[in-house]
Amino acid sequence: MVPTNYYVILSAILFGLGIVAFIFKRNIITIFMAIELMLNAVNLAFVAFSRALGKPDGEVFVLFVIVVAAAEAAVGLGIIILTARNRRSLNVERANLLKL
Amino acid sequence: MTAPIVIFFVLAAIAILGAVSLILQRHPIHSALSLIVVMVALAGLYLLLGSEFVAAVQIIVYGGAIMVLFVFVIMLLNDGEEERTNFSKLATFAGIPLALAIAGLIGAAIVHSSSSLPVATANATLTNTKQLSLLIFTEFVYPFELTSFLILVAILGAIVLAQREN
Repeated sequence: MVPTNYYVILSAILFGLGIVAFIFKRNIITIFMAIELMLNAVNLAFVAFSRALGKPDGEVFVLFVIVVAAAEAAVGLGIIILTARNRRSLNVERANLLKL
Repeated sequence: MTAPIVIFFVLAAIAILGAVSLILQRHPIHSALSLIVVMVALAGLYLLLGSEFVAAVQIIVYGGAIMVLFVFVIMLLNDGEEERTNFSKLATFAGIPLALAIAGLIGAAIVHSSSSLPVATANATLTNTKQLSLLIFTEFVYPFELTSFLILVAILGAIVLAQREN
């Protein structure tokens, strides 16, 4: 069978790629998708540990993470629509009213 | 190389390629489609681990509901190619070193702790969905009810945020 390490390493790689996307992308929607990617990576680690330890608690946490991600997507996309309406741009570097 | 390991590597390669494609695509719709590829590959990995309920929820809620919401907003805002700007000096100079530092930290933690982990298998004696539902509706019933309240508040918040001011 597949060792748990492999799942954890894949999870870390996906999380790292999520961080890279979060830092390097300019589009606010793509940055939001990078956050979803990181949540997915953590879910994979949760399920792998849950199966390795033989307890389904981790999978319950994954369900909660998915619910919170859905709520976050609804509110976040509302904020994105407001930002686009006010700034006329989805580039995060143009949202610089608080900058000195 | 047994069959589960081969399946694992195929799905892992698909997931990583999808994530890299999310970074390299310049158009947000293409990034969203790449993210759907990652999510479907992860659902396959959940099936490989034997947690079929989580795999189904992953496809239905993530691949279905959340990504449709993303694609809908991208089309609603008529979002085009990402423009290349370079305003942040901190990101230019500190970005790559900090990313490498985080990668090193996570890698060191995994190498440090990985020798003591048992093998994750699809355990045939575990009837997974039944156990999961028992756990949700007994031990985690208060968090479960709270999440329904959270969803309600999130829907109200989204409506209040997105409605036009008179």
